[in-house]
Amino acid sequence: MNDLFIILKQELVLTVIIFLLLTLKIGKERSNMAWLNLVNVLLAINFLGGFFFPQTGVLFSGMYHTSDLIILEKNILNLGTLIISMQSYNWLKDHKHVVEFYILLLSTLLGMFFMISAGNLLMLYLGLELSTIPLAAIANFDLEKRKSSEAAMKLIISSAFSSGMLLFGISLVYGTTGAISFEGIAAAVNGQPLQIFAFILLLAGFGFKISAVPFHLWTADVYEGAPVAVTSYLSVISKGAILFVLVPVLYTVFKPLAGNWYNMLFLLSVVTIIIGNLFAIRQDNFKRFLAFSSIAQVGFILVGITGSSQAGSSSVVYFVLIYIFSNLAAFGVVSFVSATTGRERISDYRGFHKTNPVLAWVLAIGLFSLAGVPPTAGFFGKFFLLLAGAGKGNYVLVTIAALNMIISLYYYLRIVKAIFMDANEQPIEPLTVPAFPKLALYICIAGIVFTGFVTYVHEYIQSLGTAF
Amino acid sequence: MSSVPLEHILFVSTALFFIGMYGLFTRRNLITMLMSIELILNSVNINFVAFNKYLWPGKLDGIFFTLFIITIAAAEAAVAIAIIINLYRSHHSIDVEDATEMKY
Repeated sequence: MNDLFIILKQELVLTVIIFLLLTLKIGKERSNMAWLNLVNVLLAINFLGGFFFPQTGVLFSGMYHTSDLIILEKNILNLGTLIISMQSYNWLKDHKHVVEFYILLLSTLLGMFFMISAGNLLMLYLGLELSTIPLAAIANFDLEKRKSSEAAMKLIISSAFSSGMLLFGISLVYGTTGAISFEGIAAAVNGQPLQIFAFILLLAGFGFKISAVPFHLWTADVYEGAPVAVTSYLSVISKGAILFVLVPVLYTVFKPLAGNWYNMLFLLSVVTIIIGNLFAIRQDNFKRFLAFSSIAQVGFILVGITGSSQAGSSSVVYFVLIYIFSNLAAFGVVSFVSATTGRERISDYRGFHKTNPVLAWVLAIGLFSLAGVPPTAGFFGKFFLLLAGAGKGNYVLVTIAALNMIISLYYYLRIVKAIFMDANEQPIEPLTVPAFPKLALYICIAGIVFTGFVTYVHEYIQSLGTAF
Repeated sequence: MSSVPLEHILFVSTALFFIGMYGLFTRRNLITMLMSIELILNSVNINFVAFNKYLWPGKLDGIFFTLFIITIAAAEAAVAIAIIINLYRSHHSIDVEDATEMKY
């Protein structure tokens, strides 16, 4: 009985925070500042608490399981949520519904935790839905903006459709194997055609959620329309959580179909990287640009997954950690500028260095890390992904990925050039950053600089990787 | 009493799935698109119940899955309709063709 509370610790803490916010909201009126201080402290406690009393185990007859890797993944997601919460300070401090925003946001995080820990397709589905339905609601949180409701509509329709496909796949898997638990399916999958068809539907459902290319069409619109805090949450946390669950699903549950899904992932990753890159070149809205750049990054992650080895799974976790830091450094600056001045176009950022040198450098370091330029952590992340991808001896795939890194360098550096070299008649005026966003940006920069050089991080993650 | 063969039930559910998909791609009214998604989810329910009864009658996995799908479909429809109402307030229409501010 005591085990139950310790194993479910991270989920329980989140649930307690959600209900605490709910009861406090019913109580007396508080100013937005007081709420934001309270929530950020609670989230920091939640993140730090994740490191104490780690306990692994299996609960509810295999429905729920944790391992050291899963605990680490949840800590990574907690960290990302904390950073996003601190960055959205400027947007939320004038918003009417701060508490509702956090309740919905933390519900999605809870869903992701259950999804990562799932040992059963039913649990996986429930976690997935808990993590997408509230997300659509908070995509609509700029209630009076036309774009915001359009984005939420696109998100809910496409995520409902994709979970429909996922469910049809699950039902066929159940029909052919008679099991919905991961071990039962892994034992019974034998590669008959109906199972491969079911697996394609399942992969398509996952592909929608991580926005791999043939299923990416919702991404740019949703990212542009939703509030920036939600956009960064979508692009980093929810994508990371689904990648965390995709790896064990592919590596353990559908291991007998490895020959089939290897080819599918090969195709998906090549198309994803190329299309993501080509569309990122022509964007002028910063959020849209980051949407396509995140599509391209997912392509690189898929290259790592095709490695189908322990290195494959650990490099994905490592890259997601670095991706959180580097993408949130970029999103943090964009979110702050967008909340205070309302300007989101890349051409607005010309001459940004003259007026806001610190923010300009943060943005530049974030973009360098996204592009994978050596001293930053992004380089090490991409390096290990490609190394894992090369483990299978498929050098065509690795060559395509490496060439695309050069293309991506073009559009990331184009922005750095705009920030540092281009002249502008009306640059963004000098901005003073409040304490919370500033702290968040410092955490991101520290992460970008140190995660790559402190080899302990990578060695620790590698020692936990899922065996194939 | 002769029972209906499994193939017939699977034919119905697959047809329902693709009718739902067709509706989602061709209809421009958001409420109708939501109904098409319900069709897809119900085809999955039929699949689960049929597989449970015909192939794996020992355990109730499929039936339980169906119960959860019905519940979640209701929650999803509630949020989707809330979003559609909000869209109607700003756009004065629930036609997807009118909500095309963002394009490539």
